[in-house]
Amino acid sequence: MTAGPATPPRPATAGPGSTIGWRGGLAQIGRYTFVSLVLGFFALPLLWLATAPFDRTPTITTSLPEFTLDNFRALLDNPYALRSLWNSILLSGGTAVLVVTFAALAAYALSRVRVPGRDALLYGLLLLSSIVTGTATMVPLYELAFRLNLIDSRLGVILILSGGLLPAAIFILKDFMDGTPTSYEESARVFGASPVQIVWQIVLPMVRPGLATVAVWAVANVWGNFLVPFLLLRNPDKAPAAVIMYTLYTEGGQANLALLSTFSLLYSLPVVLMFVFVSSRYGFRFHGGIKR
Amino acid sequence: MARTTSPPEPETATGGPAAAPGDPGTPLARRADAAGLGRALAGGFVLPGLVLIVLFLVVPALWTIYLGVTNYRLTGLAAADPQLVGLDNYTAALGDERFRTSLWLTLQFVFGSAVLGQAGLGFAIAWSLRDRHGPVRRLVEALVLLAWILPSSVVAFLWIALLDRDAGTLNALLGTPGMAWLLDHPMLAVILFNTWRGTAFSMMLYGAALQNVPPSHLETARLAGASTWQQLRDVVFPRIRGHVLTNLLLISLWTFNDFTPFLITAGGPEQRSEILPVYVFKIALSGGELGFGAAISFLMLLINLVIALVYLRTLGQRREARR
Repeated sequence: MTAGPATPPRPATAGPGSTIGWRGGLAQIGRYTFVSLVLGFFALPLLWLATAPFDRTPTITTSLPEFTLDNFRALLDNPYALRSLWNSILLSGGTAVLVVTFAALAAYALSRVRVPGRDALLYGLLLLSSIVTGTATMVPLYELAFRLNLIDSRLGVILILSGGLLPAAIFILKDFMDGTPTSYEESARVFGASPVQIVWQIVLPMVRPGLATVAVWAVANVWGNFLVPFLLLRNPDKAPAAVIMYTLYTEGGQANLALLSTFSLLYSLPVVLMFVFVSSRYGFRFHGGIKR
Repeated sequence: MARTTSPPEPETATGGPAAAPGDPGTPLARRADAAGLGRALAGGFVLPGLVLIVLFLVVPALWTIYLGVTNYRLTGLAAADPQLVGLDNYTAALGDERFRTSLWLTLQFVFGSAVLGQAGLGFAIAWSLRDRHGPVRRLVEALVLLAWILPSSVVAFLWIALLDRDAGTLNALLGTPGMAWLLDHPMLAVILFNTWRGTAFSMMLYGAALQNVPPSHLETARLAGASTWQQLRDVVFPRIRGHVLTNLLLISLWTFNDFTPFLITAGGPEQRSEILPVYVFKIALSGGELGFGAAISFLMLLINLVIALVYLRTLGQRREARR
């Protein structure tokens, strides 16, 4: 029936046609009801995050705020709040740099040089990285960190997280490298550039979108990661925002809602901004390869 | 690393290993080693990444197997001199009521929040928005995505606040003051939470998949008097079967490894929401029974392996089918 040259008139417009119309109307109502319910379900938990930070007397209940910015002063009064955000920046920045650098080098070599068993290696790494999750291996990770003297070390957290992110990062970047023509590299070689110069000055600029993708993806992952720093970092001075947020609401006593709400907002803002930036610039669709 | 380490999308992956050997577009002779790296330098390029991967992915996986057959503990005599105990940990686990309960809760969690919740709701949203392009669609998508990208410890607290017994917004809204959701229905709360948290992935995947269904086919079916259910079964599903399978496997894998419920209920009350990740954390790292915890971890790794192998197999078949 697709695009038949002469579309036949709708059969029996009076009979089934009207049922379709009646049913269609009902379906429309059903659809609007469903969409409204979905909106309510997803908006409801988020409302508190939008109102409480600006409320003169923040409570657990969501309510229209009496507007104030005073709550943000609580961030300065708490010794851990701002420092933990700095720690989050250190951890996610460090991991992103490590992952992008190591993955770019490996992806380039795997894309251009015929190594025997390369496809099997990539396949194996990808399989491994989807199986060996932090949750399934928290026991040996803790043991390993202990033996390598990486307990309470931010570098340890960075290394462990990088190890987990690298296989997928190599995979994504190899895709980008495979898609770039080799003619620039060849002509640079003719003019006597060294392999390292070629990679640094020619290949990396060409795959910049790929590098940015992987960097954003790594930052988003580490920024929200709770388990690994929670396991490995003892000293609250080194804990990232994910862990400090948890201690703020689980530690005994009356929760300081002014602090909790403003801290939640400030901690969430960078990922939201990053997400808005990426989706407005590249379009957040399935081919981006960015996800959690 | 719960959701972090996952294979890239099927869409991305199709360009991966399979495209390399016989790809007609790029002759191998021309592509091979354009910068003149040579084997040695190429090896040097791969090495740093490989070291990290071996150290923090391969070694932990193997070490889990070893620790699982010892009586290793965090403190005490067995900490200094762990003994091999064979399969004792595994037989002990199978005989342990708490482990079996945890396994059952995990099954509920994965089936309820991933298969029914995320995939079901994600598909329903994608289906009802398939021909919309206005502000309503953008608003729905933005909210669903926001639930997905916010840090887990923040959303955990948002749900604790929502479900609070005395001042929670939900009780105020439903007119059920004093209803202690997290104490009376911890599993339901965690399942609803994870549905809320993860629907975005399924919504986007099905949104992309539904574009493969020609609208004219649906129109034809509708004119022939097919109900929505019949349209879904006979026109839509056959075309997105591969996506459905991919989606279910991936979200099952992620949900199975999700540690976030710990941030809301910490497994309680009385272990009534103690899914496997929380169980392992409590017995191994809080309780100090590292050997026993490693045995459970190994079982988790095996389950992960099965899901991942099925996933990669279906990807391979889809790629074959596309040729």
